[in-house]
Amino acid sequence: MKYEAVIGLEIHCELKTKTKIFCGCATGFGAEQNTHVCPVCLGLPGVLPSVNKRVVEFGIKAGLATNCTINKYSKFDRKNYYYPDLPKNWQTSQYDLPIAEHGWVDIDVDGEKKRIRLTRIHMEEDAGKLVHSGTTIKDSATSNVDYNRTGVPLLEIVSEPDLRSAEEARAYMEKIKAIMEYIDVSNCRMEEGNLRADINVSLRPVGTQELGTRTEMKNINSFKNLEDAINYEIERQEEVLEDGGHIIQETRTFDPARGITLSMRSKENAHDYRYMPEPDLPPIVTSEETIEKYRSELPELPDARRARLEQEYGLSDYDAGIITSSRAMAEYFDAVVATGADPKLAANWIMGDLAKNLNEDGIDIKQSPVSAERLGKMIGLIMKDTISGKIAKKVFKEMWTNEDDPEKIVKDKGLVQITDTGAIEAAVDAAIAANPKAVAEYKGGKKKAIGALVGQVMKATRGKANPQMVNKMLAEKLAD
Amino acid sequence: MRLYEKPAHVLHDMLVNKEITSVELTQDVLKRIDEVEGKVEAYLTITREEALQQAEAVDKKIAAGEEISFLEGIPGAIKDNICTKGVKTTCASKILEHFVPPYDATVMTKIKEENPVLLGKVNMDEFAMGGSTENSAYHVTHNPWDLDCVPGGSSGGSAAAVAAGTAIWALGSDTGGSIRQPASFCGVVGMKPTYGRVSRYGLVAYASSLDQIGPLTRDVTDCANILNIIAGHDDMDSTSSTAAVPDYTKALVEDVKGLKIGLPKEYFVKGMDPEVEQAVRAAIEKYKELGAEVVEISLPHTEYAISTYYLIAPAEAATNLERYDGVSYGERVDGEDLVQMMTNTRDEKFGEEVKRRIMIGNYALSAGYYDAYYLKALKVRTLVQQDYMEAFKQVDVIMAPTAPTPAFKIGEMIADPLQMYLQDVCTVPLNLAGLPGISIPCGKSSKGLPIGLQIIGQPLAEETLIRTAYTYEQSQDYHKEMADLGGNN
Amino acid sequence: MKVTKEDLENVAVLSRLSVPEGKAETYIQQMDSILTYMDNLSQVNTENVKPTTYALPMQNVFREDVVKPSLPREEALANAPLQEDGYFKVPKVLED
Repeated sequence: MKYEAVIGLEIHCELKTKTKIFCGCATGFGAEQNTHVCPVCLGLPGVLPSVNKRVVEFGIKAGLATNCTINKYSKFDRKNYYYPDLPKNWQTSQYDLPIAEHGWVDIDVDGEKKRIRLTRIHMEEDAGKLVHSGTTIKDSATSNVDYNRTGVPLLEIVSEPDLRSAEEARAYMEKIKAIMEYIDVSNCRMEEGNLRADINVSLRPVGTQELGTRTEMKNINSFKNLEDAINYEIERQEEVLEDGGHIIQETRTFDPARGITLSMRSKENAHDYRYMPEPDLPPIVTSEETIEKYRSELPELPDARRARLEQEYGLSDYDAGIITSSRAMAEYFDAVVATGADPKLAANWIMGDLAKNLNEDGIDIKQSPVSAERLGKMIGLIMKDTISGKIAKKVFKEMWTNEDDPEKIVKDKGLVQITDTGAIEAAVDAAIAANPKAVAEYKGGKKKAIGALVGQVMKATRGKANPQMVNKMLAEKLAD
Repeated sequence: MRLYEKPAHVLHDMLVNKEITSVELTQDVLKRIDEVEGKVEAYLTITREEALQQAEAVDKKIAAGEEISFLEGIPGAIKDNICTKGVKTTCASKILEHFVPPYDATVMTKIKEENPVLLGKVNMDEFAMGGSTENSAYHVTHNPWDLDCVPGGSSGGSAAAVAAGTAIWALGSDTGGSIRQPASFCGVVGMKPTYGRVSRYGLVAYASSLDQIGPLTRDVTDCANILNIIAGHDDMDSTSSTAAVPDYTKALVEDVKGLKIGLPKEYFVKGMDPEVEQAVRAAIEKYKELGAEVVEISLPHTEYAISTYYLIAPAEAATNLERYDGVSYGERVDGEDLVQMMTNTRDEKFGEEVKRRIMIGNYALSAGYYDAYYLKALKVRTLVQQDYMEAFKQVDVIMAPTAPTPAFKIGEMIADPLQMYLQDVCTVPLNLAGLPGISIPCGKSSKGLPIGLQIIGQPLAEETLIRTAYTYEQSQDYHKEMADLGGNN
Repeated sequence: MKVTKEDLENVAVLSRLSVPEGKAETYIQQMDSILTYMDNLSQVNTENVKPTTYALPMQNVFREDVVKPSLPREEALANAPLQEDGYFKVPKVLED
């Protein structure tokens, strides 16, 4: 039988507020254990929470940016379960009245657009971290608890089960990441756990509507793991079903080293969360004015920006998609174009040499040693025929480690393109004289043979001859 | 007459006039503690040395000619569920036997700005769950008027200390009557302010939507003065009221002319002690004499208030008390794994009543029972509130007994939890509606046990309550009597 | 009896409490009498009645996003039953 995968994602997005959601402790990553804690986030007897205004603002903005309806009346609830990383043994979250509901985002997979519905977005607090004495939780005789992360604000973004493959899931998560970056509510650093996904996967025979039994994998924090976990789980479930077995509804853990998912034993009644309205936090009532104010503060979002790049600059849909996939890259692009650089050249350089170098150095576009302004100037040199595209590659490489202006680099390194007809003519004549075979072939009708001659000229001028001029002059001389 | 017998406002004037020193006063109260604490057992922690140091500091200030605030140099006691930085706060539970808060409750910050003399922490029902202080994990507190009787609860230690003269004033907390009922049993004044009038930050939560801190004092004047100190908005408590705090002492005037008093027929319940009813009705007659009008009113959902309260409070408590798990503070009883450790800790360190309420609360919140119990209770709570709103269209205040009986004997009720719950019929409806209430002494039973009159007001109508209570108080002498404990009066 | 032994056991697990040997009957009986009393609520018509979570109406109480000092670590750990290297230490965690 042919099966179809049905996938839903719950993405946890850590917000980039200065302080925690319910207390004034700093949120910074990487602090020494238990130094960003206070009576409130430690859940000491007698403490009360107070809501960070920015978290609500970010929740509403995230909702608006994903086409959600903002709930005019929203409240916090206690989600009760016992775990040592949760000092109160409940997580303050939202249950029946989340800040935003019923949204959607569009994704592209293989050039096809698809709309993914969002069930809801709610605000909640993160839990602390357990450090186990052994290598895994199971072989640890004791564990140590660090509450620094306890109370860091999260948005949980829940999708409908509209995803059908690992690629779609990845595209969806990339889209959510892009949107959260654009609206500047999260750093979205996956390696720091700013963005984590719980994945629900089930299978059903192609053509049927009824949902199969699903399994859940928690805390997936890289795109690769997301795809690997889903692909493995689809295969595993397929095998189970093919063998006539049944899928057990359970939480499975993904082992990235082995690329497989493993069953975790589960006790059912441990999951009666006994949600209860949080009596310590008054409800959040949001007026139309507030919603419109936040809407007006939203920046241009990825989809709109992509469309603009296509229309305004004639970029291809594909290129525009890549350029706008992160706000930083899109802003870099705009800054390059602002210097007067040709947009298509700008896009090619950003997606090509810049991306390659960033990748090699493992750094973000914001840390690029070649600023948008310098790249713009360099493209300007190409446009003015001061350097050829090929020489530009050398110039760019030099710029990566040399802070000088591209113009100065070109000058210092003697990379200025030769456009002096006399100098080119000498090299052309020398090439013709030294390659009678290629000349004969060309004259005999094999037009391709001119390539070897061009190569000779370029070699003799160390790449600096203007290629168009070389071609033109060769063609003229050989036509004689 | 010894100093400990006087109310705070009298002692304040004596300090200002340099008739006494704070050290003399503190020593007298400490002496009183030495004399009768063995019988009353109101305290869990006594901070004798710190108290004397605080008194000395105040005396220096007075000697230097500086002005002093109302509570400055006057010894008081704090219920042991209010967090005191550096001083053990146990909630009368074994699970917090050695817990020393690293922070002060907001009320403590406010109180400490007054430079009072803090004598220590007083006994209560464990986590404020109970109406007799018998649920303390440490010891029973005795009613100063009859040592075989309970002082009421849960703020039994606060009420007993004020009544016995082992504290001039005290702070308590009231979730379903826990200030008013012990005030009534011990013959002192106890006020539960409007929900949110006083910050709850640092009050160890029992039931968050019902808890409120308030004063227990010798008379209404002290009550008004202390309310002035502790009332007000607090950024640390999102449910605290932002309404401006008036000067409550301005309400200390004798004037009830034209005041409309409502008498809810549902509060004069079957099984009410006839002596209680008689005393309360006599007080109401007195109000008529003083110029008030009395009308009978109906609060039809009163009979459901007990059920509503005993579902909502335990449900909130069940979650509020989840944090006592042996992980990061409080006691720990080892177990082979985490779950076992948590369970052992809670099994061994929580008392029976606390466990009972946690289980009832979790039952009411659990899958399958949530709608029928917890959600239903939240809806009936709305109806209880609406009853009051209707009533306050007709009347300015509502009067009723604080408790259906005077103090009962130690051990008399403990075996039957439901019977104990039913005692709260006159007090819990206010908490459900967030209203302020005050209990003032209005008589004695034939056995010499105090009886309390409860006055209930609209939200933030504390001034009306103070004026109403003060007017009656000035017409009689119940508040001036102190229990004879065989001490050296 | 409305409260069954399974109810009691389930509630005990949710409460991280155990039912001591020989106490089940007493517990069930006490819970049962209390919950039976509370069934009087079923007499109340609550159709179209909104639930009340808060004692008094309040809304939109927020805090500015401004950092306040945290506790010194030794104070944070001062009440810990067991600590190690600046961490709170707990026994073996079995996943559930």
